[in-house]
Amino acid sequence: MSTRTENRAPLLEVRDLVVHHGQLQALSGISLTVFPGEVYALIGANGAGKSTLLRTIAGLHHPTSGSISYDGKDVTGVRPEKRASSGIVMVPEGRRLFTSMTLEDNLRVGASFARKGPWNIARVYELFPWMKERRNQKTAQMSGGEQQSVAIGRALVANPRVLLLDELSLGLAPVIVQRIYSMLPQVLESGITVLLVEQDVSQALRVATHLQCLLEGHTMLEGTPAEVTREQVEAAYFGVTDGSVSNGLG
Amino acid sequence: MAWVNAIIQGLLIGGLYALFACGLSLLFGVMKVVNLAHGDLATVAGYIGVGIIAVTHVPVLWSIPIVVVLMAVLGYVLQRSLIQAAISRGELTTLIVTFGLSIIIENGLQQFFTANSRGLGVGDSFITSSFSIGSQITIAWFNLGIFVLAVVVLLGLQQFMSASKYGRLIRAVADDREAAQLSGADYRHVFGVAAAIAFGTVAIAGICDGMVTTLNPTIGTDTILLFAFASVVIGGLGSLWGTLIGGVVLGLAQAIGAQINPSWEQLAGYAIFLLVLVVRPQGLTSRGAQA
Amino acid sequence: MWSGIGALVVVVALFLFPYYVGPGTTGIMVQGLIVLTLASMWNLLAGYAGLVSVGQQGFLGLGAYFVLIPAMHGVTPWAGLVIATVGAAVCALPLWWLVARLRLGYFAIATWVLATVIMLVIEQISSIGGGTGEPLPGLTGMDPAVLTAYTYWAALIVAVLAIGGVYLLLRSKIGLVLTAIRDDERAARSSGVRVGLARMGVFIAAAAGCGAAGGVLAIEQLQVVPGTSGGVFSVQWTAEMAFAVIIGGIGTIEGPILGTIVYMVLQQTLQSYNAWYLIVLGIVAIVIAIFARRGLWGTLDERFNIRLFPVGYHLWSPGETRRRQRRPEAQAVQ
Repeated sequence: MSTRTENRAPLLEVRDLVVHHGQLQALSGISLTVFPGEVYALIGANGAGKSTLLRTIAGLHHPTSGSISYDGKDVTGVRPEKRASSGIVMVPEGRRLFTSMTLEDNLRVGASFARKGPWNIARVYELFPWMKERRNQKTAQMSGGEQQSVAIGRALVANPRVLLLDELSLGLAPVIVQRIYSMLPQVLESGITVLLVEQDVSQALRVATHLQCLLEGHTMLEGTPAEVTREQVEAAYFGVTDGSVSNGLG
Repeated sequence: MAWVNAIIQGLLIGGLYALFACGLSLLFGVMKVVNLAHGDLATVAGYIGVGIIAVTHVPVLWSIPIVVVLMAVLGYVLQRSLIQAAISRGELTTLIVTFGLSIIIENGLQQFFTANSRGLGVGDSFITSSFSIGSQITIAWFNLGIFVLAVVVLLGLQQFMSASKYGRLIRAVADDREAAQLSGADYRHVFGVAAAIAFGTVAIAGICDGMVTTLNPTIGTDTILLFAFASVVIGGLGSLWGTLIGGVVLGLAQAIGAQINPSWEQLAGYAIFLLVLVVRPQGLTSRGAQA
Repeated sequence: MWSGIGALVVVVALFLFPYYVGPGTTGIMVQGLIVLTLASMWNLLAGYAGLVSVGQQGFLGLGAYFVLIPAMHGVTPWAGLVIATVGAAVCALPLWWLVARLRLGYFAIATWVLATVIMLVIEQISSIGGGTGEPLPGLTGMDPAVLTAYTYWAALIVAVLAIGGVYLLLRSKIGLVLTAIRDDERAARSSGVRVGLARMGVFIAAAAGCGAAGGVLAIEQLQVVPGTSGGVFSVQWTAEMAFAVIIGGIGTIEGPILGTIVYMVLQQTLQSYNAWYLIVLGIVAIVIAIFARRGLWGTLDERFNIRLFPVGYHLWSPGETRRRQRRPEAQAVQ
């Protein structure tokens, strides 16, 4: 863990976040730190609170207590659109494209409040070459995998510093999922840091530089893919507690 | 032939109806708000026009841009304050608030202007000058002009919605408010812009109406709101051209009804409205689900 | 139990009014009772069934004509009141069919259109006065004070029946369905609850109530004038009933009563200022709708937990959302 803090300031810092859905406590004091250039994965079963955490970081949920810092500044009370235009951009769960609009219009909306940076619509077309031909097609008619790519493209053209990816693999065939994740290196190359939520643990382990496993709103495991064993991950995922499981929190 | 003239007249007035209707349709499409005060806004615009002309003596046509800008600003402010507060409390509250606004506006106008009618005089010759096709058909320049203006405004609106940044944002917010927020859009501001546009277009329509007929405090709800609504329902939600078709059908129905019996004018229009409601509730042009 | 006795006492006291109160005041009471009936009906529609109608003036007008037309053929207006109630209810059936599928906002305007259409059709019929109106026969020759008293009693009976009717309706099966709809419409539908029928029942009941009120109005005014400004088909009637309900407390039976009182007070105080009372009423209604949604009675009920009519009511109609989820006590972060 010590190598992370050397000479670098964290890009995104979440401290003791408590989030409620009405009466239900969805997150019970979650903390995480993401450094520039990392791919930080949040894994866990359904209802673990992963998406809630991501949505709170994006600004769509208000935490009951705790704080979120971005680039050293406290953003806990900042509106979601302000966070997006300052570089925290989320690809929401379920794609959430603008279904009445064409592919290119979706991208254009994403670019409406974009920061300056390497990404623009043309570059997204380089990343996903199939898009160029079909840019005037309505997104409602596209397949799940295509829609997911458009959603990612829409986020990229905003030139995020932190890209939040919520359940990319949901509802998609494994082959498609792999293809989508294969664009990750190019994203990282351009200087974007990634925080992702993924139900598919093997997929997450393949791309992550760091990970945290959640269960019912609690952190069960934290570390790098190299540090944690398969058994530890399984135990954390399903909440099996016995003496042989370390929770990585010291 | 009186019939042909009546039909042409009905077609042309349809443009004005469409102009009334597009703001109503926009607000509903974007925010799911049915603004019961919509018709009264047109009346207000007309009265503001009367006031401006009385004070500054500008030619009537110049009053249009002034009033439109004023109303657009009013729309933005009203949306960000009152209407947004109502929206966040639910559809029932929104209906009550817009209904309350309508009553307040109408009675307020009545207090200050009395129930007498006002007109935006453009000069008799302008109104009545007409041209003829053949020996039987007469078309007033003025009515044609209003129709052309309506089509131009609708075209402009269409272009704005499809090709401009805020047009796209408005459509995006209407599709998925949260996703739009994630793309950096403050939906409250976008709603404000949509309201400004709605208020602006209804203002144009209101002034044109003030020039064609006379204004009185209650025409907002006596006719305008209901005509606008009927146009939207007949034409179908979701398409500006649908609204134009709806307006034209309504105008046609009214004209034909009036030819049969002058007091049947409004009834004929509403009869078509009810027919569409029963037979094809999604409207003539819409492919999707109805209101 | 006590509230039932209390209500009875109040009703009896009201009944005795004409014996110790002058005809001028009695006349004002009649107006108030008409508005009270209308308000109870609007509250039933909007507060319990989620139907915001801006066209109840249509049934009001129909009721008035259902008293006028028989009276023109020799039927005494007092009996005409029954015809008005039933007639309005019958008319409601086909009208419901026209608007039943419409969503909230469109439903509102559609009812407005319907009321306007009814008015336009009636205005075509010159034998009942066309566009200018027609005096009500059958009551001439009565001593004015006696007539006022009879009118008052008729209005009181109508109001009591209306409120009582609403109370009974809400305690019936229909009331259960309405509660289910309020809680979760989709769940209610999928479990077989007859949502459409319940709403239709409410619509018809409200039409009947408004029709009865219209009949009383015809008697009170001794004429029936259509038309949108000041006539029986004026939307101002809806404004009055809606504002009374909002201010008094929507979704409670007591609310319309309180709201009507507020309305009458305002109307009498601002009488000389013409349209001002409606403007003030509108402003107050808007303010309350935004800042104190439960209205006067609802807020009182919240504070002191009183309820005269024990019907399980809910705060808000379908389509309402809470503004923000209330956060539970935040634990201090150590």
